[in-house]
Amino acid sequence: MKPAVFDYVRAESVAHAAEVLAGAGGDGKVIAGGQSLMPMMNFRLVKPSVLVDINAIAGLDRVELVGSRIRVGALVRHFMTARDPLIAQRAPVVTAAMKHVAHLTVRNRGTFCGSVCHADPAAEMPMMTVMLDGEIHAVSTRGKRMIPINEFFAGSLVTSLEPDEVVTAIDLATMPPNMGFGFHEFARRHGDYALAAVAVLMRRENGRPRDVRIAVMGLGEMPSRIPTAETVIEGNELSDLTIARAVESLRAAVSPNTDLHASADYRRHLAGALAKRAIGDAWLRAREAEPA
Amino acid sequence: MTVEQRKITITINGLRHSVTVEPRMLLSDMLRHELGLTGTHVGCEHGVCGACTILLDGRSARSCLTLAIQADGAEIETVEGQGTAEALGRVQQAFRDHHALQCGFCTPGFIMTITDILRNHALSGDDEIREALSGNICRCTGYEHIVAAVRELLREKDSRP
Repeated sequence: MKPAVFDYVRAESVAHAAEVLAGAGGDGKVIAGGQSLMPMMNFRLVKPSVLVDINAIAGLDRVELVGSRIRVGALVRHFMTARDPLIAQRAPVVTAAMKHVAHLTVRNRGTFCGSVCHADPAAEMPMMTVMLDGEIHAVSTRGKRMIPINEFFAGSLVTSLEPDEVVTAIDLATMPPNMGFGFHEFARRHGDYALAAVAVLMRRENGRPRDVRIAVMGLGEMPSRIPTAETVIEGNELSDLTIARAVESLRAAVSPNTDLHASADYRRHLAGALAKRAIGDAWLRAREAEPA
Repeated sequence: MTVEQRKITITINGLRHSVTVEPRMLLSDMLRHELGLTGTHVGCEHGVCGACTILLDGRSARSCLTLAIQADGAEIETVEGQGTAEALGRVQQAFRDHHALQCGFCTPGFIMTITDILRNHALSGDDEIREALSGNICRCTGYEHIVAAVRELLREKDSRP
């Protein structure tokens, strides 16, 4: 038995989960898929006194359109996200990024919301949540609150979620039908954590790129947008020179780490190569989708 | 802190079992140590190698990343449910036919992953087969033979009326 001793509660409802967390004195942990939490518990990097299992709570496994946003419930697993027709239609960049999330068996258990809460800087779904203006729905015995994504990530594996809060869903912006996207990632083994990845969104209007969004992961303490690179492209003719200038400003804006997998220099090089491809793909798709 | 034992009921390969576990007991340890089902192998114990793969309610899962208590009331399938030495299961037979067994340590995990693939996924082409198998590691590097076995199983599945 590798994990340290803990108490286990199978929550019957969100309110029940929140009550148990409130009683845990800041030491409780929620488990859904557990594909990141269990390895950390097996290594005893995390030793919760209470583990609150939310798998039996009804109604948390839905993807639905709420107004103009997609709501992804806390028990929507990666394989469900990958196959979801609403996500494929309204946020196809998420479907494309899902192809890189772990392996088949891990995707069977791991959840979209769990991945975002785990806040690994080299994981795809936190990056998608940054890209699509995500909002995190959190519930505690003190009430409900909604955390905008730009107030959520606080560092590598650190978020602004309070220890007594349980996440019930994450809302994502939908992409307009004429929005092109590009997603490129490099990992040592398909499905492993990325050394670097870049995602790009843009529309085409009068022959020029509009509403440009560029996000990166694996290139700093948390996934982030790169506004300086976006500005270079926004509204300007997408020439080779423009792309080269955008790539340069992206390379200048990221601050990758050196670790045993890759040096910071190599990651910065990858960032440029991946950005170039992602910008190209986004433009191609935007051209195909441009209204006649 | 309460360190209590809990009684759980699990169906494994069609048989119901009542087992008393500590909440922190991993499903892989329960299968091996409490029930003697040592066909499920334990490799890395943090979800990288895939040796401990079982089916949980019909889909593959890492038993080293699942708590036994989480499987209370669930249906588990392990490699013991696939066949016997005298009457191999279909996936096991394909492994034998294609020399995909090598040392055998990773084999149970591969067999269970492939069972999930055959039941729940439509794959076409070697790239998709390799990607689907990428969560399981074979230290003998017997991958070519394993891919050949899966190729045959998928062909057989597709040709079935």
